[in-house]
Amino acid sequence: MAASTLSYDAIVVGSGIAGGWAAKELTEKGLKVLLLDRGKNIEHIKDYTNALKAPWELPHRGKSPAELIASHPVLSRDVLNEANADWWANEQDCPYTEVKPFDWFRGYQVGGRSLLWGRQSYRWSDFDFEANAKEGIAVDWPVRYADLESWYDYVETFAGISGSLEGLPQLPDGKFMPPMELNCVEQDVAARIRKRFNDQRRLIIGRVANLTQPHNNRVNCQYRNKCWLGCPFGAYFSTQSATLPAAVATGNLTLRPYAIVTRLLYDQDARRATGVEVLDAETHQTTEYKAKLVFLCASTFNSTWVLMNSATDIWPEGLGSSSGELGHNAMDHHFRVGATGSVEGFADRIIYGNRANGFYIPRFRNLFGDRRDYLRGFGYQGAASRSGWERDVAELGIGAPLKEALSEPGPWTIGMTGFGETLPYHDNRIFLDRSTKDKWGLPVLAMDCSIRDNEHKMRRDMQDDAAEMLEAAGIKHVVKTDRGYNFGRGIHEMGTARMGRDPKSSVLNGNNQVWDAPNVFVTDGACMTSAACVNPSLTYMALTARAAEFAVTELKKGNL
Amino acid sequence: MNASTHLSRREALARLGVLLGGALIGGDTWLRGGTVPGKNPGLAFSSDDIALLDEIGETIIPTTDTPGAKAAGIGAFIAMMVTDCYDHAQHTAFKAGLDRLRREGFLQATPAERTAHLNTLNAELNQSRTLKKAAQPDTFFKMAKQLTILGYFTSEIGATQVLDFNEVPGRLDGNVPYKKGDRIPWTPPSRSL
Repeated sequence: MAASTLSYDAIVVGSGIAGGWAAKELTEKGLKVLLLDRGKNIEHIKDYTNALKAPWELPHRGKSPAELIASHPVLSRDVLNEANADWWANEQDCPYTEVKPFDWFRGYQVGGRSLLWGRQSYRWSDFDFEANAKEGIAVDWPVRYADLESWYDYVETFAGISGSLEGLPQLPDGKFMPPMELNCVEQDVAARIRKRFNDQRRLIIGRVANLTQPHNNRVNCQYRNKCWLGCPFGAYFSTQSATLPAAVATGNLTLRPYAIVTRLLYDQDARRATGVEVLDAETHQTTEYKAKLVFLCASTFNSTWVLMNSATDIWPEGLGSSSGELGHNAMDHHFRVGATGSVEGFADRIIYGNRANGFYIPRFRNLFGDRRDYLRGFGYQGAASRSGWERDVAELGIGAPLKEALSEPGPWTIGMTGFGETLPYHDNRIFLDRSTKDKWGLPVLAMDCSIRDNEHKMRRDMQDDAAEMLEAAGIKHVVKTDRGYNFGRGIHEMGTARMGRDPKSSVLNGNNQVWDAPNVFVTDGACMTSAACVNPSLTYMALTARAAEFAVTELKKGNL
Repeated sequence: MNASTHLSRREALARLGVLLGGALIGGDTWLRGGTVPGKNPGLAFSSDDIALLDEIGETIIPTTDTPGAKAAGIGAFIAMMVTDCYDHAQHTAFKAGLDRLRREGFLQATPAERTAHLNTLNAELNQSRTLKKAAQPDTFFKMAKQLTILGYFTSEIGATQVLDFNEVPGRLDGNVPYKKGDRIPWTPPSRSL
């Protein structure tokens, strides 16, 4: 299909995890789809320019030069790396406003953050979907686990999630590939924790979107642990490795990079979107594309930004703002608290291969009769490993003894950090800052979000419980850690266009349709009504596939 | 806090960083967000400086049955890293430390004298850590040591001749027997390569 075509069955805005799934599902159901991304194209394998470089081929060996830090003031707070710095948003072109400190790590290229994500993939349970209603927090989710279960099956089967079956009600099992293995120390710690806590706490291998068997012309994980450079084996799930090839194979997809969607076109009489307005990031030319359906998958806050800029002649605060909730209830996972320690023994054991995964300790707080002085809970991610040449052996001095020592394995260490649920607070909000413009003259987002008492109380448990478990497992020199947290640092932005049961208190209905524009579906993190404590991307995949099925069915019935 | 506890904590944090993409060895020295970097044309490294850094690096990681840091081009690496990755104060302190070592006749000293001299600086570094003093007096040696270790073990020589570098491990085994003398698999620095 020629790129000059201006009319499609469906437009998908954004090509990350959610947008890739939307494009795949809609094209496979026969729709002609225009997939838009604001950034440059990244071709699978060909454009993974640093993926196969030896360490000595990267000039600063992965460290960040001062110039790179200066041009990435936000990214340098955490994930900046010379090897993939151009896969993140250009911070000079795309500023944002921090009313309160907010780390916004954005992936502005085809594939979005699906190229860069942590790949941990967990199902939500009804403990999560029912929590708001049971506790009188925010609004009730319009879906339950039963609504999503078959969709979790579906997306896991296609994406390729490796993991172990555990039979835990709070962390439902899925359609998994064989699990990666816990190393010898982790197995020992897992057994001790299980015994000490009567199986109420369990250390399991992470469930991760890395293949452990070949799948759909993708090669299984080669244990390089360089996923963030792009995988030349296609071993981890990304738009490029999985959903985009499937969508392209249908012959129904048109992909257009450098396409900044500035607003949805809206027909007030029909109460429908008629398409999108696109600003070409390179030429600054504006084009209108028409479609019967729009899937807004531009990443959590940017989907909301598009809504805020749409239909403002009818609703000054944008499409979906009639609820009073657009831009509100922003969430993230607060983390970076936990514990570390040293392991005695296992001196005659080492690890072969670099596991792109760690262990996981599913939530145990405020479940099964446990009651704390805060709501909800947290899980842990961590790993045990044998320290290597980077370790400090200052007492050996320098010279041959130092060289010999660093050529040998050091002590085993273990550490974990909690990932805690953040409640949906109405006044944790994002809004348009019209006084600040991006490179294209568009108003930027302002972030006004913070964690509150509930999260601070939880963080004490996240430290104490981690230390307690490590000590119970015989770990020495256990140290509680708190490396600080800015909102957004979890890179699990959620909310600001939440799903609900009532148009007066939610932006989207139970099928991810904008109440005020039923042919607009928002299926990325913006739709989330609460945050749970598990990584959210798998749920975006399931919600997107479910919404696509619904959308096409409704379209065929003539309801959209 | 005694020294061993201090070290184990640093180590533990570093290893946690491996998984979580966090801080690592020298995490207190590397530039971070919020630091104002400065290029310093007046502080450029000369070829004499690089030759001196080669000898310093070789003293820290010498040639044994495998090549040392000099063969891995450590002098040029350190000069490049100090220029590109450190702030003005660190760069200045490093240059001052280098000049001092030159004045003290490091290049004229025997290998044994060089080792003894750097071991003295290493002991001072350890002491300042234990006492939690300001790191300023030992900036030079701290940076030189860290950069030598980083540069050497991420060099082709360090990764492939001392350690067992395998770009594509292909499998995972978390319970491999090890005995002293076995060459161990190369592991990436904690800030992901």
